[in-house]
Amino acid sequence: MNHKGINMSIPRNNTLKLKFDSARKYAPAPESRAAAKIDPRYDLFINGKFEKPLSKKYFDTINPANEEKLSEVAEANAADVDKAVSAARNAYNKYWKKMPPKERGKYIFRIARMVQERARELAVVETLDCGKPIRESRDFDIPVVGNHFFYYAGWADKLEYAFPNRNAQPLGVAGQIIPWNFPLLMAAWKIAPALATGNTVVLKPAETTPLSALKLAEIIQEADLPPGVVNIITGAGATGAAIVNHHDINKIAFTGSTEVGKIIQRVISGTNKKATLELGGKAANIIFDDAPIDQAVEGVINGIFFNQGHVCCAGSRLYVQESVFKEVVRKIKDRLETLIVGNPMDKNTDIGAINSKQQLDTIHKYLKIGQKEGAEMYQSSCDLPTKGFYCRPTIFTNVAQSNRIAQEEIFGPVLAIQSFRTDDEVIEKANNTPYGLSAGVWTDKGSKIFNMTTKLRAGVVWANTFNQFDPTSPFGGYKESGYGREGGLHGLLPYLTLQSIS
Amino acid sequence: MANSTIKTSSISSNQKKSIKAIGKIDKEQSNGVPSKRLEILKTYKIYIGGAFPRTESGRYYIAENSKGEKLANVCLGSRKDFREAVVAARSASGGWSGRAAFNRGQILYRIAEMLEGRKAQFIDELVKQDSSKQEAENEVGLSIDRLIYYAGWCDKFQQLNSTVNPVASSHFNFSVPEPTGVVSIIAPQDSSLLGLVSVIAPVIAGGNTCVVLASYSRPLCAVTFAEVLNSSDVPGGVVNILTGKISELASYFADHMDVNALIFCEHQPDIKKMMQEKGSLNLKRVVFYDKINWLTGDGQSPYLIMDTQEIKTTWHPIENIGGGKSGY
Repeated sequence: MNHKGINMSIPRNNTLKLKFDSARKYAPAPESRAAAKIDPRYDLFINGKFEKPLSKKYFDTINPANEEKLSEVAEANAADVDKAVSAARNAYNKYWKKMPPKERGKYIFRIARMVQERARELAVVETLDCGKPIRESRDFDIPVVGNHFFYYAGWADKLEYAFPNRNAQPLGVAGQIIPWNFPLLMAAWKIAPALATGNTVVLKPAETTPLSALKLAEIIQEADLPPGVVNIITGAGATGAAIVNHHDINKIAFTGSTEVGKIIQRVISGTNKKATLELGGKAANIIFDDAPIDQAVEGVINGIFFNQGHVCCAGSRLYVQESVFKEVVRKIKDRLETLIVGNPMDKNTDIGAINSKQQLDTIHKYLKIGQKEGAEMYQSSCDLPTKGFYCRPTIFTNVAQSNRIAQEEIFGPVLAIQSFRTDDEVIEKANNTPYGLSAGVWTDKGSKIFNMTTKLRAGVVWANTFNQFDPTSPFGGYKESGYGREGGLHGLLPYLTLQSIS
Repeated sequence: MANSTIKTSSISSNQKKSIKAIGKIDKEQSNGVPSKRLEILKTYKIYIGGAFPRTESGRYYIAENSKGEKLANVCLGSRKDFREAVVAARSASGGWSGRAAFNRGQILYRIAEMLEGRKAQFIDELVKQDSSKQEAENEVGLSIDRLIYYAGWCDKFQQLNSTVNPVASSHFNFSVPEPTGVVSIIAPQDSSLLGLVSVIAPVIAGGNTCVVLASYSRPLCAVTFAEVLNSSDVPGGVVNILTGKISELASYFADHMDVNALIFCEHQPDIKKMMQEKGSLNLKRVVFYDKINWLTGDGQSPYLIMDTQEIKTTWHPIENIGGGKSGY
């Protein structure tokens, strides 16, 4: 029974303003940098050992919160990639393919446990290298990394139950390329299902955030995985291209921009490489007038400002039903003022550093475009640190459906707000994008939720919540947001070929 | 797009028999003087949006069998025909995907019923197109059974491929398959009916709509099958069937921006490569069935339905404020 029904006669208070600007100020609560041991230099993790790059080149990785150098990492060239692929192929033939599935699973369980043991260290490394608030890496990224390995470990010896009437076989060597927004989590999303299904791996983390993956390499070494089953090599676009182009790779798994995803599909055409592409998004977050407004506003804030908006499924387009438009916009503006922007290592910080100078420039470019196209910009009045890359949380109103800020993925803390009147109108507007990764709906009416969640063309739909993730829950896009799923039972298939039993 | 530079087949001067001669049933007609009545010959047209237009290009080709007998003048479909078919398929997509799965199952069953009723005509056409009588009977029977097979899957494959996901947070979370949208299909070229049915059925059973290019060399059954679809409660636009050349049309099937998935059944590496390349323009799901023998059990499976499905995951919070501790 819906007990809320009793209170329906009480009118919603539209005048109450949330007050956060009280005398209570937060004292700094910085996490200790000492929790992370970062070497001055990292080599490539190939065949179970850290090896100097054949390229003989290294590049710096910096802390985007203060622009200080954290370490330098090897830049793998095509010869290094070849070496890593050979190691993976050899490990596939020699160990991994022959190993009983339950033993394979036990190795993955080991990794999960070691990630949990070293969670604090990994969280600090992640925040330093990536710029995300320590609260997020501590409470979200790293725990979910451990959980993801733990979940897929258990699948290793149960595949025959997942695909009835089929004999599921691994593909071979998987080349995996991941982005900088959730560095270690994306590594887990890639490596865990690949290993559970019996494939071996060559993984390349993003050039701005290589450190947590290299820490994972240490863990994999410590877990005593057979050499070459997981190889982690660092580098930029050229290294990624060398992986995609390598003739002895059976599977490409890529998370990143739609632009690069299309290039990958084109480049691997005519080969037998399979691909999973998890690409960009421009999610619609829809608030109906019967929604619990305060809760919805919290969901919108989380939807677009989580991880500085560096989230492919971020709720970057907000559609508000006309009758509550003013109220919602006012409450979002109020809430914006309360967000703490600054040092990612401070446990009070809500919005940390933008991952790189380049990304900050992209965001600034879109802020200019938005204003130029006639949208109204509103930003929090917060102060920004003088060093490092930061952006004030920003909303745009008076946005047209055709505006670039409503069409293109910005990948930053920038929200485009539009209004709507009817269900049909908002469905059409929400679906009017080449993307189809995620969407959100806020309403108190169950039948409306299911009408909306059915009609929104997106791979993940959050109703009365947003930005939730779980190892058991499949994630991935419709349309130009890519194909294949990661997570859950559905996340196994992209790493398998199904043979007929008959 | 009537393109005059493309060579359309013209009736060769050394043809041995006229097309009309193939329409004969009894030998007495062969002297050119009809003994009973003059037969009505069938016009083979394309099928778009539930109607039977001729190709807008005005072009045609002559289908003939291995004996060199002329079977029919067949539409040589054009890019514009394809684009119109995609518009029809897209318009039909919402309605078809929105139908109850049970209803789609009934309609697929109805197609099988109609096909059963016109079995003789299909056998006749297959025989004309080089099958033996026995092969033809087998192929038509398999085609009917394949439709029945997929009719039964319409409201079941979702149950096998859906999951309720036990997430660690206080949410109800489930994943279900949904149709990917509009699918362009180039049907198996060595089969007139069974290949066509085998690629269409899983796609529409899953709630997609499609545009299909029939076998170039054996097009007769495709056009007749369109007539079966037309009388089977299949809404117009759900299946659109074109006849024409792969070499002319394949690139349009691959690069159209309002097509979500592409199925190709031939082992032609250069065309497969082109399809992946052009398919990347809008990240089409490109599916190759060049290793399937449609005559065997491998020619049907719920996994084929899943090739043109997307997985949607829905989350909703579960209120968790304590209280209800009774029960277990």
